[in-house]
Amino acid sequence: MKIPYFPGCTLKTTAQNFEMSAIESAKKIGIEFIELPRWNCCGVVASLTSDDLMRHLAPVRNFLRVQEMNKQGLVENENRLLTLCSMCYNTLSLSNLRMKNDADDLQKINDFMHKEEENYDGNIEVVHFLSILEEMGFDKLAQKITKPLKDLKVASYYGCMLLRPKEVGIDDAEAPTILENFVKSLKAETVDWDAGSRCCGSYHTVNNVEIVYTLVKGIILDARKNGAEAIITSCPLCAFNLDVRQSEIKKDNPDFQTIPIFYFTQLMGIALGLNKEALGLEFNKIDAEDILKKKKLIK
Amino acid sequence: MKTGIYLCQCGGNISNTVDLNSVTEHIKKNDENILVKINSHMCSGAGQKLIIDDIKKNGLEKVVVASCSPHFHEKTFRSTLKKAGLNPYVLEIANLREHCSWIHKDIPEIATEKAKDIVDAALAKAELNYPLEEKKMQLGNEILVIGGGIAGIQTSLDLADSGKKVTLVEKLPTIGGNMAILTKTFPTEDCAACILSPKMAAILDHPNITLYTNSEIEDIVGHRLHFEARVKKHPRYIKDTVNMDLCLSCNKCTEVCPVTQPNYWEQGIINREAIYIPAPHAIPFKYLIDAENCLHFRDNSCKKCAEVCPQNVIDFEQKEEIINVAVDSVVVATGYDIFDAREKSVFGYGKYENVVTAMEMERIVDHIVEAEPPRKVGKRVAFVQCVGSRDEQVGNEYCSRVCCMYSVKLASLLKQAKPETDIYIFYTDLRAFGKGYEEYYKRSQKMGIKFIRGKPSHFTEDKETKQVIITVEDTLSRNIIETEFDLVVLANGLVLSKSSDIVADSLKLAKSDDGFFKEAHPKYKPVDTLVEGVFLAGTAQGPKDIPDTVAQASAAAARVIATLAQKEVPLDPILAFVHQEICDGCEKCLEMCPPKAISMNADGKAAVNEALCLGCGSCIESCPIEALDLNYYTNKQLYAEIEAVLKFKKENEKRILVFADDNTTYRLIDACGVRKMKYTDCIRVLRIPSGSRVTPNLLQFAFAKGADAVFIGDSPEKSSRFEWANNVTNKNLEVVKKKLKELNIESERLVFSQFTAADMMKFITEIDQLADKIDKMDPITDELKKQLLPNKEIKE
Amino acid sequence: MAQIIKLKDKNTDFLEKITELSGEQITLCEQCGTCSAGCPFVSEMDINPSQIMRLVMLGQESVMDSKTMWLCASCFTCTVRCPRKLDLSKVSEALRQVKLRGAIDEIDIKEISDEEALKLPTIAVVGSFRKFTG
Ligand code: SF4
Ligand code: SF4
Ligand code: SF4
Ligand code: SF4
Ligand code: SF4
Repeated sequence: MKIPYFPGCTLKTTAQNFEMSAIESAKKIGIEFIELPRWNCCGVVASLTSDDLMRHLAPVRNFLRVQEMNKQGLVENENRLLTLCSMCYNTLSLSNLRMKNDADDLQKINDFMHKEEENYDGNIEVVHFLSILEEMGFDKLAQKITKPLKDLKVASYYGCMLLRPKEVGIDDAEAPTILENFVKSLKAETVDWDAGSRCCGSYHTVNNVEIVYTLVKGIILDARKNGAEAIITSCPLCAFNLDVRQSEIKKDNPDFQTIPIFYFTQLMGIALGLNKEALGLEFNKIDAEDILKKKKLIK
Repeated sequence: MKTGIYLCQCGGNISNTVDLNSVTEHIKKNDENILVKINSHMCSGAGQKLIIDDIKKNGLEKVVVASCSPHFHEKTFRSTLKKAGLNPYVLEIANLREHCSWIHKDIPEIATEKAKDIVDAALAKAELNYPLEEKKMQLGNEILVIGGGIAGIQTSLDLADSGKKVTLVEKLPTIGGNMAILTKTFPTEDCAACILSPKMAAILDHPNITLYTNSEIEDIVGHRLHFEARVKKHPRYIKDTVNMDLCLSCNKCTEVCPVTQPNYWEQGIINREAIYIPAPHAIPFKYLIDAENCLHFRDNSCKKCAEVCPQNVIDFEQKEEIINVAVDSVVVATGYDIFDAREKSVFGYGKYENVVTAMEMERIVDHIVEAEPPRKVGKRVAFVQCVGSRDEQVGNEYCSRVCCMYSVKLASLLKQAKPETDIYIFYTDLRAFGKGYEEYYKRSQKMGIKFIRGKPSHFTEDKETKQVIITVEDTLSRNIIETEFDLVVLANGLVLSKSSDIVADSLKLAKSDDGFFKEAHPKYKPVDTLVEGVFLAGTAQGPKDIPDTVAQASAAAARVIATLAQKEVPLDPILAFVHQEICDGCEKCLEMCPPKAISMNADGKAAVNEALCLGCGSCIESCPIEALDLNYYTNKQLYAEIEAVLKFKKENEKRILVFADDNTTYRLIDACGVRKMKYTDCIRVLRIPSGSRVTPNLLQFAFAKGADAVFIGDSPEKSSRFEWANNVTNKNLEVVKKKLKELNIESERLVFSQFTAADMMKFITEIDQLADKIDKMDPITDELKKQLLPNKEIKE
Repeated sequence: MAQIIKLKDKNTDFLEKITELSGEQITLCEQCGTCSAGCPFVSEMDINPSQIMRLVMLGQESVMDSKTMWLCASCFTCTVRCPRKLDLSKVSEALRQVKLRGAIDEIDIKEISDEEALKLPTIAVVGSFRKFTG
C-alpha cells in the first residue's frame, strides 16, 4: 500500500530517528510512505479563533499536494494523508474539519490560493499512522511479529493531540485503547496507569520549562508506581518533553528513577526484527537500549 | 336532474383568470342534464343555501363544488349536504383556485381549458360517489397497562376500582418496579416497601386486574382506541394452577441450589440462587428459575431442586406462553433505567470497586444497621451529583430531578445510622423543589453533611487502599480539592427504560429530545400521547419523583375513564373494503396490510377490520382480480377520473398526470398556489390517500389514456402516517417501468418523489424538468397505448 | 476586602468581543468547575479557568492581566469534559489574541539560548511563537 505522507518539521530535524524507524517498520508490513512533494508547515498550532482564516492556508496547501499526487499517479486513488506526529495530525485535522464544515471558509481559502492549479475539494482525510495500523488489524500486525516483546511492561502515553478534541480524536477521549492494543500486538505487557492522557506541557518547553518538569515528573512517577519499564508515545513533542526533560530532571536529582521513552515505531521495529541502528535508539536521551538488552531483545 | 355543479368565482380569485361561462358551456355540451350555477362565494351562507335549496327542490343526488382546495372547505360543504339530507360523501370538490387560477394567472385561456379538465374529472368521480356510512366504533372497558412499577400499579388500581378491566404486564418476575429496590423515601423517610407493599398486594387481589409478570409485550397493533397486544409470558419453571399455589414456599429448593448470582433486588450487594424469590415483598410471591444460570439448562448437570421439592412442582419443560389481549386503551408506564455510569468513564464505575451507583447505595444503606452488613461504607463517603444528567458530553441535557434529593436522603440515612461517617455531596446546583424538600435539605446540613459546589473532573484510584481520589474545584472558594474517599456514590440520572422500545415502535409513540415519551401537549395534555387512546404514566414521560409519579398515574387513569366514557367514536369511512361477490378467497392480500386489518371471514372471503384499517390503499394492488377496494377512492372512480381528466387533451398537447397524496403532496401543491408560484400548465393533479393506492393497472391506464408522464408524490417514510406505503409504491413502479421498457417506452416518464410540507421549490423544479423531458420525447403511439391498457377486465 | 464592581455596557461589550472571537457562548457556563479541576496547569494559574469564564461573563477586563491564558496549552482536557460543551481552549486563545493583536509579544526570541534552540523540537518552537507572538 502506498500512502501520501506528511513528515512535518520535527521528524526532519530533531526526531529523525522516529521517522526512520517508522518508515522502516512500515516497509516490513507492506506500507510505503510517499512523501508529499513540496510540503509546507502543518500550520501548528491549531488556530482556535473564529476570525483567522488565513492560519488555515498552510494546512490546506498540503491537502492540495495530495490531490496532485493522485493526479500524477504517485499514489493510486488515495485521499488519505498520513502523519506520524500527533501535533501535525491535530492541526491538519482541525483545519480540515473547518473546511469540510464551512463551505464559505473553504471558498475563501480557495479564492486566496488562486495561483494554485486546483481548488481543495474537501475530500482529504488526515490519518495518524496508528489508525492505519488499527485499520489493518492489530491481529495482523501480531502475526508479523518476529521478536515478541515478552515481559516488557509498556505504559501507553497518548498525550493530548491524538485524542482531543473529540471531533478529531482517533479514539475515545477518556478511555482510549488503541495504543494498548498496539502494545499487545507486539506481545508486550500493558500498564494500567492514570497519566496516559495527561498533558506533558507541550510548547511550554520553550519558555516555561519548570512547568514541563513538574508535569513530566508526575507522569514518570505514575508510570513507575504502576510498574512501567518503558513508555511509548506517538508524538515527537511529547517524546522530547518526556525524554530530554526527564534526563535533565535526572541530572538535578540523581536519585530520580528514569524510564526510557520510545517512539511507538521504535518498539514496533524491534518486534519486527529490525536492527537497532535502523531505529536510532542511540539518539534517545534516556538510555533506551538497557532495558531492551535486559529483556534480551537486542544485543 | 341528478347532478349539480357550482362554479365559484371566489370574488374574482377564480373568475378573473378562468372563464367560468366557457366552463359552463363545456359542461352543458357534454351533458345538458347537469345543473350548473355560478356564484361569487360558494362558502358563504348564500352560496350554501343555493346548494341546500337545489337538493331539496331539484332532488340533486350528487354535488360538485368547483372552488378552492378541499382542504379549505370540503368539511363546510359536506355539512351543507348533511343539512339538506344528503350523505356528505357524495360531494366532490374541483380545485380551481390553488391548482389552477392562482398558478396560471398570466395565461387565462390555458387556465380555462385546464379548469374544464379539472371539472370533468370531478364530475366523473362524483357520478360514482356513493353514500358512505360514518360508522361508530363501540368502546369497551378493557385497558392494557404496561409496566408494573408504582405508576402502573396506581393507574391499574384506579382503573380497576372504577370498574374497568385491566391487564397489567410486567417484564420482571415481581411488580413494584424501581421503587421496590429503594430503602426509604424522601423527604418523609418512610420505608419504600412499607408504602408500596399494600398496593402491590391489592393488584393481586383485585377482581378487575389480570396480572402477567415475567412477561413482555411482543407487539401491539392498532392506532385508535382499539389495540391488540401480544404478550409473551416467560416460564418460571414452577407448576402453577389458577386457584391454588402448589408451591409451599418451603425454600427447600434454594437451600440445595449450587448457583450464586447477584440479586437484582439487592443490586448485587447480596446474592441469590438460580431458583429464587426476587424479594421478601415480591408480588406474586412465587419462585422461579433463572434459566440463563441454572445448571440444568446449561449442561443438564443438576436437578437438585426438583429432587428435594416435596410438592414436585418443578417443571423444567415449561414453555413460554403467548397471550393475546384486545383493549380499548393503553397506559404506558414503562419507567426508567438508571444511566449507565460506565459511559462516563472518567468516574471509573465498573473499574474502581469503591465507586457505586446510588441504586446500589439504596441497598447498602438498607443493610447498614445489620450486625454484619454485606457491604461496609468506610469513614469518608462522597456523593457526586448529575452523573449522566445535565451533561452534554454524554448527550443528556436534562435534569433528572430526583437525584439531588435521593442523595440528600441516602446521606441523611447513612449519617443517622453511622454518625461517625464524614459525608460530602458534590453538586453543581442543588434542586430541592418539592413539598418539604428544602426543609429536608436543611436538616441534612444540620446533621453536618457538607455540600461542596463543584463537579469533579475525574477520579483516580489508589491501587493499594482502593480508595477513590476525587479531583474537584470548590467553585465557591476556588480551591482545587484532591482527596481520597472510601466510597463514592454516583447520583446517576434517569433514562427511558430500554424495554420501552418495543412499545414505542409498535405504537409509534414520539419521543422528546430527552429521549422520554412525548406527551400530546406539555401543558394541557400532559398524560395524553398523539395516539388516541394511549396515555403515559410515570417516568416513561420524563424523570419524576414518587409523589409526581403517583399523581400522574391517577391522572392517566382519569383520562382513560373520560375517553372511554364516550362509549362510541365515529370511524372515518374512507377505508378498504372487499367486494364480497368478486373475492375468491386466494388470501394474497392478507400479508399486505401492515396494521393487519385484513383477515378471512367465515365465508372464506377477505374482510377488513374497520377499527384497524387506516385507509392507506397499499393493499389494493395485492388483489389480482380487484376485489379489494378503497371507499371514496375506488378503482372505478379512479379509472373514471383518469379518463375524464385526459379526455380533451389535444393532438399537440402534453400531459403530466400527478397523483398527489392527500397529506403532503396535495397540500404542497395548494401551497404553491397560495404563494402564486408558477409551474408547467401541462399537469393535472388527482388526489389519493397515498402513492401506494395507484396500482400498476391504474398507472398503465393513465398512459393508455394519453398521459405522457405520470408523477407520484408522497411524504417520506419517516414522516408518513403509512410508513410502509413508499415500499409498495416503489414495487408498483417497478412493475410498470418493466412494462414500459418492454414496449420501448422511456421509463423516465414515470416518476416517484417524496416531499415534506415545505418542499415547494423541489416540487416545481421536478415537475418543470419532467415537462421539459417529455417535450423532447416522441408521443406514445396509439398502438403502444393499446398495449398498455390493463389486460384484465375492469370490474364493476 | 471585597471589591465593588458596577455592571455597565462596556462590560457587556467585552463579553461580546470574547464571545465572538472565541465562537463560544460564554453565558452558557454553569460554573461547575470541571474545567478547573481537570486542568493540568491549574496549580500554576493565578485565576482558575472556570473563574476566567466567570470574570469574562462579568466583563472584567482585568482577566487580561492574568497568567492563566498564557499557561493554557490548548490541551483540550476541559473541552472534552465541560458538561455544557464549551471549549475553554478557544476562550484562552481569544484572550491571547486580544493581547497579541495589540502587538505585545509574550516571548522574546533573544531570550532562548543557542544551545537550547538547537535541541528544541521545531514544532515546539513554531508552536510557542504562534501562541506567544503577535
Ligand atoms: S436445577 Fe438449576 S435451579 Fe435447580 S438446584 Fe440445580 S442449578 Fe439450582
Ligand atoms: S436532580 Fe440534582 S443531581 Fe439530579 S440532574 Fe438535577 S441537579 Fe443534577
Ligand atoms: S387500506 Fe391500508 S390499512 Fe387499510 S386494509 Fe389496506 S393496507 Fe391495510
Ligand atoms: S466545565 Fe464548562 S460549564 Fe463548567 S465551569 Fe468550566 S466552562 Fe463552565
Ligand atoms: S485547554 Fe487550557 S484551560 Fe483547558 S485544561 Fe487544557 S490547559 Fe487547562
